Amino acid sequence: MNQQEEIKKERRKKKLTRTVLETLLVVIFSALFLAPFYFIVVNAMKTSADASQLSIAWPSEFRILENMQDVLAARDNMLLLSFFNSTVITVSSIVILLVVGSMAGFVLQRRSGKTINIIGTTFLAGLMIPPAVVPTIWVLEQFQLFKTFPGIILVMVAISIPFSIILYTGFIATIPKELDEAAIIDGCGGFRLFFSIIFPMLKPIHSTVIILNAVQIFNDFVHPLYFFPGSENATVQLTLYNFMSMYSTDWNLLFTNVLLITIPPFILFLIFSEKIVAGMTAGSVKG
Amino acid sequence: MRVNKMYSYALLIPAGLIYGLFFLYPTVMSFFFGFTRWNLTDWEWIGFDNYIMFFEESSLMIGFKNTFIFAFLTAGLKVVLGLIFAVLLTAKLRTKRFIRSMVFFPVLVSTIAVGIAFSVLMHPSEGLINMVLGLVGIDGPNWLGNPNLAIYSVAFVDVWKGVGIATVIFIAGMMSIPVDYYEAHQIDGGNKLNAFWYITLPLSRPAINAVIILALIGGLRTFDLVWAMTGGGPGFSSDLIASIIYKQYQAGFYGLSTAGNVILFLMVALIVFPIFKYLNRKEVDL
Repeated sequence: MNQQEEIKKERRKKKLTRTVLETLLVVIFSALFLAPFYFIVVNAMKTSADASQLSIAWPSEFRILENMQDVLAARDNMLLLSFFNSTVITVSSIVILLVVGSMAGFVLQRRSGKTINIIGTTFLAGLMIPPAVVPTIWVLEQFQLFKTFPGIILVMVAISIPFSIILYTGFIATIPKELDEAAIIDGCGGFRLFFSIIFPMLKPIHSTVIILNAVQIFNDFVHPLYFFPGSENATVQLTLYNFMSMYSTDWNLLFTNVLLITIPPFILFLIFSEKIVAGMTAGSVKG
Repeated sequence: MRVNKMYSYALLIPAGLIYGLFFLYPTVMSFFFGFTRWNLTDWEWIGFDNYIMFFEESSLMIGFKNTFIFAFLTAGLKVVLGLIFAVLLTAKLRTKRFIRSMVFFPVLVSTIAVGIAFSVLMHPSEGLINMVLGLVGIDGPNWLGNPNLAIYSVAFVDVWKGVGIATVIFIAGMMSIPVDYYEAHQIDGGNKLNAFWYITLPLSRPAINAVIILALIGGLRTFDLVWAMTGGGPGFSSDLIASIIYKQYQAGFYGLSTAGNVILFLMVALIVFPIFKYLNRKEVDL
C-alpha cells in the first residue's frame, strides 16, 4: 500500500517537472523568436510620440488604422503601387518558371549520358554562383529590358531555375518511365507526352514550387534594387527602405509598413507551413 | 538511345535560353569586364588594376576578411544551434509543433524588415536587448556602432533568421533514423548522451553536410542584412564583398564592382567546392 502510493507520488512529481520544463522551453523560445515580432506589432499600433520611445510597453492609444492609412497614402500611394509591382513580378515569374522549369526537369531526369550530365551540372552551378551584377545590367540594356517588367521577371526566372529544377527532377523520378513508353506506343509525340500527360501529374510539386518562389520573390530586395530601379518601379521591400529615411522619427509608420508587407508571407506560412518545410528540406537532404 | 528520342532537347531550350542569357552569359562576361574600366557602353582594358585595387585599398580588403568571418561564423552557429534545437524538438514534447513554427517563421520574413527591427532592438541606450541585459546587471555594448563588433552583431541576426532552415533539415534527418538503433542502445544500457554521440550525430551527417554547404553559400553572398543594419559601417568595418559590389556600382565604378563579383565567385568556388568534396568523401567512409 505504502509503496504504491510512493510510486504514484513519484509519477506525479515527474509529470510536474516535465510540465515545468516544457513551459520553460516555450518561454525561452518565445523570448528568442517572438519578442522581435511583438515589438514590431506593438509599435505599429502606437502614436508617433509613443513609438519614438522604442519600448515594448502596451500602446496607450491605438492608432493602427490611422497608421495604415498614413502608410498607404504616403508618397502618392507608393505602397499600393509597390504591392501591384511586386505582385506582377511574382506571379509572372512563377508562371514562366512552372512551364520552363518542369520541361527542363523532365528532360534532365529522363535522359542519360554525358551531354545531359554536363547540362544538368551547369544548371545546378546556379545554386552556388553569385549573380554578376553589372554585367547583368549590361545584358538587360542590350535588349532594352533594363528597368522594365520583362527584364526583372526574366532575371528572377533565371536565378530561380536551378532550385526549381531540383524540385522537379526529384518528383519526376517517382513517375515510372513505363508510363512514357505506353503513351508513345499509343501514338503520343514527345511534346504531347509532356504537356498532356506529365505536366498535369506534377500538381503536388507545382504547388511547392509556387509557394517557395512566391515567398522568395516577394521578399527579394537585392535584385529589384539592381535591375528594377526608379521610384515608379518600387517593390514592397524597397518601400521599407524609402520609408526609413523619410520617417526616420516616425517608427510607428515604419513598423506598420513592415507589418503590411509581412502579411502575404505570413498567410502562406499559416496555410502551407508543412509544404514549405518539406520543399526547403527536399533539395538539401538528398544531397 | 532510341529511348532518349522521346525526351527531346527542345524541351530544354526555353529554360536554357533564359538561364543562359540572363545568368550564365553575364557571369562569363564578368571575367572580361573585371579587367576593364567601363560605363556600360565603352570599355578600356586595364589589366589587373581593379584586382590590385581590391587588395591594396584597406576599405576593400576588409570586405574580404569580413565575408570570410561572416560565412564561417554563421555556418558554424547554425549547425550547432540547429542540432540543439532539433534534438529538443524531436523529443516527446506537447508543444514541439508550436516551437518549431516559431523557430522557422523568421525564415519567411523579409530580411530587410528583420534587419531594421534588430537595428532598433540593438540601439545602445534605448534598445530592448541592452535593456534586458541591464536588468541582470550587464552593461550592453554598442552592438552596431562599435566597429570591432558590428559584423558579429549582424552575423548574430543572420543566425537568428536562418537557424530555422538548419533546424528543420536536422529534424528531417533525425526522423529518418530507425528507432531500432535507439532501442538496441537502451537495451545495451547506454545513456541519452551516448545515444546522441554515437547514433544521432553520425547518422545526421548528410543533413549536417547539407546545412554547412547551404549556410556557407548563403553567408558568402550576404548583402541585404548588412545593408539594412549597418550599411557596411561604421566606416567600412562591416562591409562584405557583396556590399562593396553594390557601393562601387553606385559610385559608377562598374569595372571595380565587376572585379568584386569575380572575387566573390572565386571565393565561393575555392571555399565551398573543396569542403563539399571533403564532406562527401567522409560520408563514403561511414
